[in-house]
Amino acid sequence: MDNEYYLELSENPVQFENASTVNNVFFDEANKQVFAVRSGGATGVVVKGPEDKSPIAFRMDDKGEVKCIKFSLGNKILAVQRTPKSVDFINFIPDYPHLEFSHECKTKNANVLGFCWTNWNEIVFVTDQGIEFYQVLPDKRTLKMLKSQSINVNWYIYCPETAVLLLSTTVQGNVLQPFAFKNGTMSKMSKFEIELPMVPKPAKLSLSERDIAVASIYGEVYVMYLKHHSRSTNSSGAEVVLYHLLREGPCKKIHVLKLNTTGKFALNVVDNLVVVHHQSSQTSIIFDIKLREPDCAMNVHQPVLPARSIHPCKIPLTGALCLFLYLIFLLLSVYLSGYLWYLQVKLQPTVNLLQDKGKLMDFLLRRRDCKMVILSVCSQMLEGGEKGNLPVVATVFDKLNQVYKEYLEAEQAYTVAMESGPSRFSNSYKRPVRTQAVIDQSDMYTHVLSAFTEKKVINKFIIAVLMEYIRSLNQFQITVQHYLYELVIKTLVQHNLFYMLHQFLQYHVLSDSKPLACLLLSLESTYPPAHQLSLDMLKRLSTANDEIVEVLLSKQQVLGALRFVRSVGGHDNVSARKFLDAARQTNDTMLFYTIFRFFEQRNLRLRGNPAFNQGEHCEEHVAYFKEVFGEQTLMKPPTK
Amino acid sequence: MLMISPRMASGMQEKQYTPSLLSFFIYNPKFGPREGEEEKKILFYHPSEVEKNEKIRNVGLCEAIVQFTRTFCPTKPAKSLHTQKNRQFFHEPEENFWMVMVVRNPMIEKPSKDGKPATIEYQEEEILDSVYGAVLRQCYSMYKLFNGTFSRAFEAGGVELLRQKLEKFFYRYLQTLHLQSCDLLDVFGGISFFPLDKMTYLKIQSFVNRVEESLSLVKYTAFLYNDQLIWSGLEQDDMRILYKYLTTSLFPRHTEPELAGRDSPLRPEVAGNLLHYGRFLTGPANLKDPEAKFRFPRIFVNTEDSYEELHLIVYKAMSAAVCFMINASVELTREFCEQLDALVGPQLTLLASDICEQYNINRRISGPEKEPQFKFIYFNHMNLAEKSTIHMRKTASVSLTSVHPDLMKILGDINCDFARVDEDEEIIVKAMTDYWVVGKKSDQRELYVILNQKNANLIEVNEEVKRLCATQFNNIFFLD
Repeated sequence: MDNEYYLELSENPVQFENASTVNNVFFDEANKQVFAVRSGGATGVVVKGPEDKSPIAFRMDDKGEVKCIKFSLGNKILAVQRTPKSVDFINFIPDYPHLEFSHECKTKNANVLGFCWTNWNEIVFVTDQGIEFYQVLPDKRTLKMLKSQSINVNWYIYCPETAVLLLSTTVQGNVLQPFAFKNGTMSKMSKFEIELPMVPKPAKLSLSERDIAVASIYGEVYVMYLKHHSRSTNSSGAEVVLYHLLREGPCKKIHVLKLNTTGKFALNVVDNLVVVHHQSSQTSIIFDIKLREPDCAMNVHQPVLPARSIHPCKIPLTGALCLFLYLIFLLLSVYLSGYLWYLQVKLQPTVNLLQDKGKLMDFLLRRRDCKMVILSVCSQMLEGGEKGNLPVVATVFDKLNQVYKEYLEAEQAYTVAMESGPSRFSNSYKRPVRTQAVIDQSDMYTHVLSAFTEKKVINKFIIAVLMEYIRSLNQFQITVQHYLYELVIKTLVQHNLFYMLHQFLQYHVLSDSKPLACLLLSLESTYPPAHQLSLDMLKRLSTANDEIVEVLLSKQQVLGALRFVRSVGGHDNVSARKFLDAARQTNDTMLFYTIFRFFEQRNLRLRGNPAFNQGEHCEEHVAYFKEVFGEQTLMKPPTK
Repeated sequence: MLMISPRMASGMQEKQYTPSLLSFFIYNPKFGPREGEEEKKILFYHPSEVEKNEKIRNVGLCEAIVQFTRTFCPTKPAKSLHTQKNRQFFHEPEENFWMVMVVRNPMIEKPSKDGKPATIEYQEEEILDSVYGAVLRQCYSMYKLFNGTFSRAFEAGGVELLRQKLEKFFYRYLQTLHLQSCDLLDVFGGISFFPLDKMTYLKIQSFVNRVEESLSLVKYTAFLYNDQLIWSGLEQDDMRILYKYLTTSLFPRHTEPELAGRDSPLRPEVAGNLLHYGRFLTGPANLKDPEAKFRFPRIFVNTEDSYEELHLIVYKAMSAAVCFMINASVELTREFCEQLDALVGPQLTLLASDICEQYNINRRISGPEKEPQFKFIYFNHMNLAEKSTIHMRKTASVSLTSVHPDLMKILGDINCDFARVDEDEEIIVKAMTDYWVVGKKSDQRELYVILNQKNANLIEVNEEVKRLCATQFNNIFFLD
């Protein structure tokens, strides 16, 4: 059971003094900071973030109960709301006056519901009558209005990641008006209506902010609506409806996540997965909106994995075992506990929970820290050696290589763009990011295949897997690295499957290369036909003529070597000494005569004299020629 | 049995007779060493009607010749005996087991003229030792493929069993020998490989591996398309003879039912919605038939070492044929065949159309100019690859050649010359009526080209052959 928890809490939670009558705790999602405010700030404020080793601590005057407190991005300016009308600011920029200044909302009779920082010096006030967008001028200690919009607001949600502010309007609260912020500009996006399970009569506020969340999933902004089960409709349970928020154009309802149960829920988005926590069963389920369900209608999703609890964790320091309480939805409880955790998805347990390997790969390839898990899945899959495994292996390889190929193509497009002119395209082309999902040949070789071929598996299966991987690479038109071919050859040779190797080479499954040709040459003593295969390969490479000559000479095929050199037009440049040496070694005097004569004729043709040059170092051979055939046999220089 | 096929009747009266089989016998001198027991030596004799004493005499003569020649070279006894009327070929495939084939020389019968009786002129030099020697060796290989070795049969059931097996096999096999159309290709006994791009080849690999994985009974697989080999899981020598059997005997017996009309009884049954063209070429003709027998031919491979007996299942969809070989000790059931049919049928049908499509694409790319205008035979001893533009499609009965038999004989002569030495060689022969025959040998490869150019000289012929090598064989190492 222990290895089935696929959700866990971060190892080092943010620890703070728990909320009490004298200590108020606030959480700022934008900076992921926890504020512990003691006695209105007079006895100290402690701010802790997930990565901060040393917390920020300071004091401020107790000017009444703090309702909300947040730093701007980069901890430059602190904003504190104490009254329903105004927000106070304190500079945290060094060399700026540390004095507090206050700003009252512009709209008459409006109450400030809250505020959100959209930049280090830009802030939005949300009031019950609209929003006000300001630039904070810390040096002048004033705020400059950038834009405002009047609209009745029930409540709001701000998503710092996407800088989208969502306002609930109308009496029922189900018409949502999104705004997007970017570099001092505010843009109104098209509003949309959430379909309520039932319309109350008389009309009253029916949509709670607790049932709505905004999140960025796979780089797109979604509004998630937790639609509770209603007895009147025949739905099987609650569901989460995802509305796709577009910068331009209307918002569309495009995904439905089936929860198949009822009760209290809370939502999280982790690693592009929607995590839904269910209070009464104390379990969580996850959804991947990119995972298509074959047996479901378009964009209706079932949980990827069976429901599981979050991994029980130990509270550091105290050492007490704390079964994660599914009360986190009531944020208060977190504040009470004194710890703030981050939720993480553990990938290793998913391997055993998702039986369909193809689906598992789809799921893993979209996760952040997936590489080692994917490689371990591959190793595990090959070790099993179950019947009917090969089609699964093929599917998995194809999925990996699909991602690999996309990366290679992006990389290539980038290189081409850079070469064609860095000035014009440098902005539009970003160097493609290599995610962990890019599993290349060297990864597969190092972590999966080389270990696998060492194993005591039926050799048929090993060869089949290697061929399947090469097939998949070829299918995606990825150049296969020669070390994979070497692995194939090594494995075939190890199992004495020479005829198989021969056939692979015959159909050029193992692509030509010099290293491969040399490897084949080295096999000649155990498998003579490797000689021919190697020579053919060198010939096709057409850049290996020197190697061919060497191979032929080493086989004492001196005449053959010379004929080959002549056929490729290199006979005017080859070293005469090399050929004469080889001819001498054969102990065939007639062969020596022929070769000697050939080079005499070459000398005559090139230099007008059959004699060898000093630099050619052929004196020894000339002497031998004289000894065997007599001096008068030497070719005479032409008489002028 | 006289096979008369007038080859070339120049004038109305002259009659030409092609070489034909006179007799064929197998004996073992150890089986009847004492006088009066000579008949026991004879294991098989064709024609069987021959009188007993003549049989004994002929066997004894062969035995004597072999013994006699052995005194000159103990390791290489006589391979053949040339006489005016016929030629005898000797082969000892297993120790003390001798196979002898007697071929009657081709002859021309000149009609009676001016009252003189008809004369017969034997053409003793027209047939080649290499060709018929190869035919004899092939007889043994084919026997061994379906029956195992002589000595195994002898060990298992004594002379009686061996005699039965020989009788049963050769009675039919000898009728399929067509000695008049044997030529250089019989010497090579090569395999024609189907040209294919890498990707399609890998798909076939993938298919073979998957089938072998899910039908774990399958020990070896061979894949053919258009009667040409693509993949063999068997070792080369076993594949060579199996290929010969498939292409000259099994495939020609089965016409293409997929080409048959809609209402033809040959058209395959479409089971349910599983549309595929797969069918068994060996074993049950129709799986639906409740009477169907699930018996497959048995073959023997790796007789040198592991000596395996296997069921041979040949399954075909469109032009793609696959041989599945399964250990003979396993009994094959209806369930297994149905499973195989359901698994392989649809996949193979798809693959066959893939190959066909790819093949057509490749052909279109390479264009018609690559189509050889040359007549040539290529053979590589290393992988037994063979290619001939001289031979028409081989059929069960005859192999048709598009050139004159005299030219074929020149090819055979050149081949004999090549066999004598190890060195690379080139031989150019000027034949009759503007024909040139060129033979090249480079390492393990042999190439024979027949050219017909008016008034060509040696240099031109040489250039022409170089051009052929450059276009047809540019991807192999072939010395000029």
